[in-house]
Amino acid sequence: MKSSCLQLKALCLAACLVWTGLTTALAKEALPMAQDPVLEKRLVLISEELRCLVCQNESLASSRAELANDLREEVRKLIAQNQSDQQIKDYLVNRYGDFVLYRPQVKPMTWVLWFGPFLLLAAAVWGMFSYIRQRQSAQTAGVALSDADRHKVQAILKSGDAP
Amino acid sequence: MKKFFIPLGIFLVLVAFLAVGLKRNPQEIPSPLLGKPAPLFSLSTLDTGGAKFGPQDMRGKVWMLNVWATWCAACRDEHPLLVALSKANQLPIVGLNYKEVQAQDAPAGRQLTPEDKLRIARERSAVWLQRLGDPYVVSVFDLDGRVGIDYGVYGVPETYIIDKEGVIRFKQVGAVTLETLQSQILPLLQKLNAS
Repeated sequence: MKSSCLQLKALCLAACLVWTGLTTALAKEALPMAQDPVLEKRLVLISEELRCLVCQNESLASSRAELANDLREEVRKLIAQNQSDQQIKDYLVNRYGDFVLYRPQVKPMTWVLWFGPFLLLAAAVWGMFSYIRQRQSAQTAGVALSDADRHKVQAILKSGDAP
Repeated sequence: MKKFFIPLGIFLVLVAFLAVGLKRNPQEIPSPLLGKPAPLFSLSTLDTGGAKFGPQDMRGKVWMLNVWATWCAACRDEHPLLVALSKANQLPIVGLNYKEVQAQDAPAGRQLTPEDKLRIARERSAVWLQRLGDPYVVSVFDLDGRVGIDYGVYGVPETYIIDKEGVIRFKQVGAVTLETLQSQILPLLQKLNAS
């Protein structure tokens, strides 16, 4: 029993090792050829903010699609030409549209996207307060007694005093 | 009654949004190039004599730029339609062969030179066009995909309609179908040719 448990553990460990080995090998393969570490660092920073158009849930930095490779090469060239981050992003937006940006620009077209949630929050807060106020006033209105009622209650209470 | 209708109303609005969202094709990205001048290029053609072609050669004509490759399955699907379109003499179609020769096509341990790539691309395209029909007035080769990047190509086949002034008027990502041809491309052609 004990030895089979050990065997299982060893097998697990081996599987884990193989797996991590495989994944790191894969991860390494996707890494660009680092010729200039500074340039590559900027490339990663920029391309993490850009979407790969082929596999749309991946960033340009992580995608291994053929087009992503080409676009990274293009970004590399632009960095080497001393273009600013904004210029490089504009270059891609001019070709592929706002869709390539993971962080959409703030402009009339995207106002709803950027400010809509805050608008909803404000509406919810307003709704909550008006609801609370309504409930409170309903409660206090229910407690308030007219003079006639007060007399009646006092009369009942008094009559209750005398058995 | 009011208590019942408010959640129902919110639910229906949500359903409407989701229904519209489901029907949309996430692969269809509006191109920022519509209404902008077609990016210029000068690329080698099928002609081994070394003739080059660029959009500037089509000035004054309404024409179609069709991005394709022999490795692209959807291109094979749309090809008969393009052949029919060219036979009907509707408009000149220019074929832009996109990255015909891929990295894995190189023999192990050797890199292909641009000349090798051009030669292989020409051979393959010639076979394809001979077998399936040649709808193109001219075929050009974008071997490294640089022109494709300028045109915002991200999924072959892609098709562009360019007007007499060299402005992109239409872009289709994916195979051209009979339906898009009839409902969008042909009416647009009439409009552009009339102007």
